[in-house]
Amino acid sequence: MNFMYAIETKSLTKKYNEINAVDNLNLKIEEGEIFGLLGPNGAGKTTTLLMLTTLNKPTSGTAKVNNFDIIKQPDKVRKSIGIVFQDPSSDDILTGYENLKLHGWLYDMPDDLKEKRIREVLELVELTDRKDDLVKKYSGGMRRRLEIARGLMHHPKILFLDEPTLGLDPQSRDYIWKYIEKMARDEKITIIITTHYMDEADKLCDRLAIIDHGKIVVLGSPKNLKKELGGDIIRLKAKNLNIEILRNLKYVKKIRKCNGEVCLTVKDASKHLQEILKVVGKVDSVEIRSPTLDDVFLHYTGRAIREESPEGGWAQRVMNARSRR
Amino acid sequence: MGPESDECEVEKMSELKGIYALWYREFKVFLRERSRIISSIINPILWLLIIGGGLGSAVSFSGINYQTFIYPGVLIQSALFSSVFFGVYIVWDKKIDFLKEVLVAPMSRTSIFIGKIFGGSTDILVQIIILLGIGFVFLSTGIMSGISFNIVSLTISLAFLLVTTVGLISIGLILGSQMESPEGFQLIGSFLIFPMFFLSGALFPIDNLPPWLAPFIFVNPVTYSVDGLRGALIGASKFSLAFDFAIISLFAFVMIFIGTYAFKKMKI
Repeated sequence: MNFMYAIETKSLTKKYNEINAVDNLNLKIEEGEIFGLLGPNGAGKTTTLLMLTTLNKPTSGTAKVNNFDIIKQPDKVRKSIGIVFQDPSSDDILTGYENLKLHGWLYDMPDDLKEKRIREVLELVELTDRKDDLVKKYSGGMRRRLEIARGLMHHPKILFLDEPTLGLDPQSRDYIWKYIEKMARDEKITIIITTHYMDEADKLCDRLAIIDHGKIVVLGSPKNLKKELGGDIIRLKAKNLNIEILRNLKYVKKIRKCNGEVCLTVKDASKHLQEILKVVGKVDSVEIRSPTLDDVFLHYTGRAIREESPEGGWAQRVMNARSRR
Repeated sequence: MGPESDECEVEKMSELKGIYALWYREFKVFLRERSRIISSIINPILWLLIIGGGLGSAVSFSGINYQTFIYPGVLIQSALFSSVFFGVYIVWDKKIDFLKEVLVAPMSRTSIFIGKIFGGSTDILVQIIILLGIGFVFLSTGIMSGISFNIVSLTISLAFLLVTTVGLISIGLILGSQMESPEGFQLIGSFLIFPMFFLSGALFPIDNLPPWLAPFIFVNPVTYSVDGLRGALIGASKFSLAFDFAIISLFAFVMIFIGTYAFKKMKI
């Protein structure tokens, strides 16, 4: 049997008014992995997702999803995937159970299978005893869980999660992460997550692609990406640092200044800390830590990822969505 | 039957289930939102009692009491407003991601459009049946007179109202599929509804219109619904019922056609 990719994009491109939201994307995602698309807001993650789920047509290029072409076989693509959107996408005047039932009908599930799956996925996200409450009585985190359960219901081979924890409180985030890991294990499906939270990508993803301005900046497993930086991070705070002398030390891989502080990427940092401190002179404070994906992002793009989303958090949008009708 | 046609049958079945799903959602929400039903009933009653009663003390047309005269027009008005504004819910669905959830499901855009039409028509049918009931009460208490309520007249009336509703909901959905904000929808919706209402002959007879006004009245499809309904309920219509029905059926058909196209082209 030929090895099949869950997703394979070929020069996938989307232009909005001459600006490339997604620029010549070539990506191969293997079956069964949790793959992350990591990048700041506006990097083109959601646009990529909308194209892969056939909701948006590419300007040029194409992609295969479960071996179906997104342009020529959109129906087959849609049948084989599940997606949890960034904004709330359940009807809050229906109960949790009714929302799932609706989904079962939309995906043409036989009645007995539908009821069985509703029980299973409600169990998975621990909403069984709240299934007959209207969704407007749910918290933001519960509504998110319901939508994740719904995305899984029709046994998709690939589940897309667009910013699954955007705007949720830390406790709800932990819950969602737990469910994502659990379903990756239990349901054996490919999961594709977009996120601008570095810690989320780090914790969940087998592999990830860092995306900026519609292009892949770098791709790999979180562990390797961090390893490739070539060392740990030492942060020095001092008035007058002798930076020039640091450039001569060959175990110092990278020197970066950030508002009065200096960040060094150093191989075997704990071993060399003493020497570094000796040559730079008096410092006010020192911090030594393992690199994070933030450092990876910074390394490849030269800037930090924007943490705050300009359009407001998910919770805010849940509130907005409630004022309807 | 070859394997291809088998698959075709399966596809059709799944589309039906999807249409049912959308109908179910619209109807469930309609039943839970009592305020929607109540407000859609109160308005027509006010029109009947205040405009109908007030003007009726001074005005009558060819022997028909004014309140009775505008009853068919008020029925159409209620269908007109609710139908067109039904389209606003699709703008709300767009504001959250519910619309995407439906669009990403493996069913055709045509079926989504049809599901919405079924959902909306059911809501408005319920509303109209209540208004017919109120008409019956007004009739038996002597507030109105000269309206014939029988199986034939009611069947014809419901047929007129239903076809009109389908055409008008299509207008609402077309508008909704193109609009981004509920406020924008409200603005353009009102801009459409008020001329359609005032230029329909709902409030005055269309026999001796000034020449400058007549063309506006006769291009308005709602005119033929009002005329047909008036014919069925009070036996006073300008055109034959068959002609009226043909015109509004054509109107509904064209709107469904445009609506299906608008849904296919809808961007998210």
